Amino acid sequence: MRSRVAYFGVFTALALIFSYVETLIPINFGIPGVKLGLANLIIVIALYKMKLRETYLLSVVRVLLSGFIFGNYFSIIYSLAGGILSLTVMALLKKREGFSVMGISIAGGVFHNIGQLVVAMLVVETFSVAYYVPVLLIAGMITGLMIGIVANEMLKRLVNIQL
Amino acid sequence: MKNGLKKKDWMLIGIIVCVAVLVTLVHVFIGGKGASKVTVKVDGVIQGTYSLSEDQEIEINGGTNILQIKNGRAKMIEADCPDQLCVHQKAVSMNHESIICLPNKAVVTVESSESSEYDAVAN
Repeated sequence: MRSRVAYFGVFTALALIFSYVETLIPINFGIPGVKLGLANLIIVIALYKMKLRETYLLSVVRVLLSGFIFGNYFSIIYSLAGGILSLTVMALLKKREGFSVMGISIAGGVFHNIGQLVVAMLVVETFSVAYYVPVLLIAGMITGLMIGIVANEMLKRLVNIQL
Repeated sequence: MKNGLKKKDWMLIGIIVCVAVLVTLVHVFIGGKGASKVTVKVDGVIQGTYSLSEDQEIEINGGTNILQIKNGRAKMIEADCPDQLCVHQKAVSMNHESIICLPNKAVVTVESSESSEYDAVAN
């Protein structure tokens, strides 16, 4: 029990640091809203290593903390919607056999973007952002794949940790 | 096999690409033509409609954003928000393209002069 709490703290700290590192990387894909999603790496690892309940908690804590430190009221709402939808889809796919870490992560990346787009539609009360869907789908797929490849390598080396 | 992408992963990738292509095709074939004006909405309320054919600068929301229309294209040139995402976005000119400034709830949408059936569905 004690080590579970300690690991939760370490995971939260890692996710927060990755959020920070991401703000330092000056990659601008030229498309608003598209970013690497480094912190999702920690969420994917947690999905495989922690209980689902704790992974949800980690995701929410991560979004709230990084939102208050680096973002604003809006970015918290978008990240929360994207993060929770993405984690739900990843957890459902993981229950079904046959998907690799990369596949799970791809679904996570795509649905993270979809969740944010849905909130954006509700906030600005327009559906004209729908034309933006293909861009976000492909972008989410590519970033999800990259995160998935790294997560796969990390999980191979983290076999001794099981929470 | 253990480390590579599995069959279901490829299926997932295939589905995502198909959906993306489908949405793009729908957008290109149904929208995309006859764009001639931009509508500026703030918090869901139409602030005004401006012609794309005449060069002008429009203050949105009492000056929080400034929209520039030049050579038939609309571009956000100023915003008072910290992220500046709408300013970095490329100029829009195609039907149903839009620029959105989330912090100020401002939406700029390109529209055709006559409303088509697609408008009724989309709005």
